Amino acid sequence: MVFIRRHRLTPYGLLLPSAVAIGLLLLWPTVQIAKFSLQNYGLPQVTGVAPTQWVGGANFSATLSDPEFWLSLRISLIFAAVVVPLTLLTGTLVGLLLNRLGPKMSAFVSSTAMLAWATPAVSASVIFIWLTDPDGGVVDWALAKMPSWLGGGAHWAGFSWTNSPLPAYTLLTVLVVWQGFPFVAVTVLAGLKTIPAELHESARVDGGGAWRIFWRITYPLLKPIFLVLLLLSIIWDFGVFTQAYLVTGELGNRDEYNLGIYAYDRAFTMPPSYGVGSALALILTVILLIITIGYVRASVRQGAIQ
Amino acid sequence: MRLRSRTARRAGLNALGVLVALVTMFPILWMVSTAFKPASEIYSLTPHPLPAHPTLGNFRSVIDGKVIGLPYWDFLKNSLFVTLSSVVASMLIALLAAIAVARFKFRFRTSYLIMLLIVQMLPQQAMVIALFLDFRSLGLLDNLVGLILVYTAFSLPVTIWMLRNFVAAVPREMEEAAAIDGAGPMRIFWRIMLPLVAPGLVATSVFAFIFAWNEFIFALTFLGTDSAKYTLPIYVTYFYGRGTVDWGSIMASSTLFTIPVLVFFLIVQRRMTSGLMAGAVKG
Repeated sequence: MVFIRRHRLTPYGLLLPSAVAIGLLLLWPTVQIAKFSLQNYGLPQVTGVAPTQWVGGANFSATLSDPEFWLSLRISLIFAAVVVPLTLLTGTLVGLLLNRLGPKMSAFVSSTAMLAWATPAVSASVIFIWLTDPDGGVVDWALAKMPSWLGGGAHWAGFSWTNSPLPAYTLLTVLVVWQGFPFVAVTVLAGLKTIPAELHESARVDGGGAWRIFWRITYPLLKPIFLVLLLLSIIWDFGVFTQAYLVTGELGNRDEYNLGIYAYDRAFTMPPSYGVGSALALILTVILLIITIGYVRASVRQGAIQ
Repeated sequence: MRLRSRTARRAGLNALGVLVALVTMFPILWMVSTAFKPASEIYSLTPHPLPAHPTLGNFRSVIDGKVIGLPYWDFLKNSLFVTLSSVVASMLIALLAAIAVARFKFRFRTSYLIMLLIVQMLPQQAMVIALFLDFRSLGLLDNLVGLILVYTAFSLPVTIWMLRNFVAAVPREMEEAAAIDGAGPMRIFWRIMLPLVAPGLVATSVFAFIFAWNEFIFALTFLGTDSAKYTLPIYVTYFYGRGTVDWGSIMASSTLFTIPVLVFFLIVQRRMTSGLMAGAVKG
């Protein structure tokens, strides 16, 4: 900026407030979690009845020998492995559709789709729980009315979606895909707009079908965008908290915990164990950071940072 | 013949587009419709898409606070106070940082941008453990100020990135021309930079608004005991798991909570999504 360029310290002054806020409320807590994960931090330590002690790797070895940890990790991994491809596939198909619609129709469809993305996680969760409610939910009613060759039938009447892990995570899958695909669709659409129309036209003249054109032209050109979307989706879906917390019935159903909820439960459920909770939180953070590094490298390679 | 097949294809594509829009909107429409239904229709054996006898009863009981004992307005006030304060703070801080990274060349500039990308991904359910203990010793639990601090800081990585693109889009020549004409730094900022970045500020503040308005984990953890301090997301889930599940009230409260943010979003939709995607798509 011309007006304040004079001093070489100016940019640092402008960055100072954000650096302080991020340092104190994002970076310092991360350091603290690493510290707490090596301590016996519980209720007696918080209230000052007993001193905090360093316990070395005790929290981690307790975690690693806990079958509930492995169950929650498995749930998080399987959930991400199912939801990420589904979100990307749905989003890409809708993005391709948006690209072929007229400008008004395209704007209408993408606006309504983005409303799903903007819907608060809390509202989306209670809506989907209501849609699948055993008494009065429209989903069970519709499934019971469906012909049996479509998987419908009277046994769906009064079916509870939230009481056992598989139905709960099926519901969660639909919910998270519903909220996640519009961002993918709109991003893919923005990418498609950068591809010159002549490329597609000449491919069509050469007799390429839609499938071939996608894999030969669209996909290679949009590969960097797909990579970023893939990594972002993994980070979001692996760490999904609010929706999973509400759909699995808040805390208490231990066989339905994902890694994030398990960490939260160990930290806050009475008697609280902030040490073990922090060890779990650190494991979650490290997993996400590894994926984040991939995301940052992909962004840098794309020239997002100039 | 050729023309007809093209019209047919266009109609088919449009029908598909409408279908996508309907399927996507269905849960939101069902929420609103349920909110207007009397209990007899909500628990009817054959659910209908529209209420046969629309009623404001659910909204009335939510707004009067018949269910929780506290009226809706109290929670709306809490949510508005927290959200607006953190949006204003976030915009001020982010604009300064955005000007620094968009207009200056300095050491650590790239590192700062990369740091923002990384901290943006830190899981909130992990951070909340340490922040809970910090805020406990600082007396910031059950205190809306604590939430304002957290929402401001957690929105910064994205708001700085979004604003950076909007600041960078302001032509440097305009500032230089004004400087040659003898305008001082403050004048250039108020007369040129601010008006040109204003649309970007609006789009970015809607992002910060949605983030703070929707936020659940911190509110859930920090506002444990004092229900008078609850923000709207906690209020909506409060009905739920209280023994009797009253879907009419839940959908009415959830409608009152959701619709403002959706309306807000629609107003600036275009600009906001392009700003959000600036990181994902090279723009």
